[in-house]
Amino acid sequence: MNDLSETRQKETPRRELNLRRTNAIVPQRSVQSRALLAVIVIMSFLACLTIGAVSMIRSTAQSWASEISREITIQIKPDEKVDMEQALVTARDLALSFVGTRDGQILDREATSRLLEPWLGSGLDIDELPVPRLVIITIDENNPPDFAAMRAELQKRVPQAYLDDHRTWVDRLVSMARTTVIIGSGVLGLVFFAMVLTVIFATRGALASNRHIIEVLHFVGAESSFVAREFQKHFLIISLKGALAGAVLAALFFGLAAWWQSMSIATPESDQATALFGSFTIDWTGYVGIFITMLVIAALTTLTARLTVMRTIDEIDHIRSDPGRLDIYQA
Amino acid sequence: MVNASQITYDFISPRGQDGTLIHFENVGLRYGMGPEILRDLTFDIPKRSFQFLTGPSGAGKSTLLRLLFMSLKPTRGLIRVFGRETSTIPQSELPMLRRRIGIVFQDFRLLDHLTTYENVALPLRVRGKEESSYRSDVIELLKWVGLGDRINVLPPVLSGGEKQRVAIARALIDQPELLLADEPTGNVDPPMARRILKLFQELNRFGTAVVIATHDLALMDQVDARRMILTSGRLDLYE
Repeated sequence: MNDLSETRQKETPRRELNLRRTNAIVPQRSVQSRALLAVIVIMSFLACLTIGAVSMIRSTAQSWASEISREITIQIKPDEKVDMEQALVTARDLALSFVGTRDGQILDREATSRLLEPWLGSGLDIDELPVPRLVIITIDENNPPDFAAMRAELQKRVPQAYLDDHRTWVDRLVSMARTTVIIGSGVLGLVFFAMVLTVIFATRGALASNRHIIEVLHFVGAESSFVAREFQKHFLIISLKGALAGAVLAALFFGLAAWWQSMSIATPESDQATALFGSFTIDWTGYVGIFITMLVIAALTTLTARLTVMRTIDEIDHIRSDPGRLDIYQA
Repeated sequence: MVNASQITYDFISPRGQDGTLIHFENVGLRYGMGPEILRDLTFDIPKRSFQFLTGPSGAGKSTLLRLLFMSLKPTRGLIRVFGRETSTIPQSELPMLRRRIGIVFQDFRLLDHLTTYENVALPLRVRGKEESSYRSDVIELLKWVGLGDRINVLPPVLSGGEKQRVAIARALIDQPELLLADEPTGNVDPPMARRILKLFQELNRFGTAVVIATHDLALMDQVDARRMILTSGRLDLYE
């Protein structure tokens, strides 16, 4: 209560004199500040979009590889000496006897016909053609069975059987996923580099218009650290606002894309997009990336502002105070 | 408008000690490999002194003021400011020494986004002082320079004379030991010039040494003060 009355007493003279609210030493709103804000919003949006896209591609590639490596196929070629149905059961049981297998499913005649339908048409009598039959074994991808031992055992018991562990496909997919992530990271690096340069130049541009403020502060006896702090504060606020806006826009973009995908499920457009990009949702690493981007932009802008202010003061103190170097300016 | 002679200047504490604030000895200055702009300058700025620095345009008055303010280094010679040789003062200590000197620039150098009050209070603000501790001093000083009714006005709205007085008030607010003014009456009419000169005299009476760079002979004739005349880079003193 006492504090409140003291505060009121302190405020009274200001109100009586009708003083305006104290302005910041660095003007809050200027054309250059708005331009810098716009640049930061755009660069932050692009960087966050790239981070989200790379994160999405990586998780999609991982899910492709995971889906393929979760299954192996045993193919049994037809042979007059072999009872196909018996061989299918033998192969399935043999596979399931290995540690690391979970489930085995024999692809029946109808399913096999359906598989061949795109090439041989409907109404196919499978007994008329020497069509190989398949057994699909689901495995524990984290603890896969010993494929070499399984292959050797199958060779002994069912010589017509061929074990496809999908390793070739998985390896190719993993390699493709890695390449995609490397390309994405490269693009991300370039976007970040462009962002760094743009933010640095935009900050310097905005500071150039405030150079007279630095000079006045310096000549009224402000220490370099005080001047730097005033400008840092100003540019930190601008950069946080800009980076936050860009990050929110990017997150909104991914949110809208995911919403569109869920709303248009089972439509050809959505299926195509899902097949190509996977789900539009980004995982927590993507959001962490967006958050880090925000911090990087804010830190970068603030640091650039500090360094530019310190350099300007250094120029006033060292270069412009040295008559030997002034000659260079005058030339 | 407040009459300066009717005001008591409580915010300015009189100083009574004699001595030298600034000492120049054989100071010379040249830009790059060009000719010497200032040659063999030897003089003192005593405490509580009042002097005009004059000479034709381009004689080097502003350059000499910059040397006095330590924003320019001499090519040769010795400058001692507040008893310290400037060539030995670390860069980090310069702001503290500059705080003891008030400077009025020819082009005012006011910050257009700050009010008259804020511009005058700026030196105290950068020293980290609380606004409540200096508010009444700033207002009193603004009244003293005749701007008591222009406290909340932004510089672009002020006349040349008003801007000049804001710049003077800003230079005075922290009670400097030395005031340097570069053509303080260059942008005002003769009555305003007399008024500004009166302000400087009042300030000097309370202990601040004043150096006014001007080429206005009429202004100098109004005061019986020391004259430092720069001609072709050389300085002649007329006590």
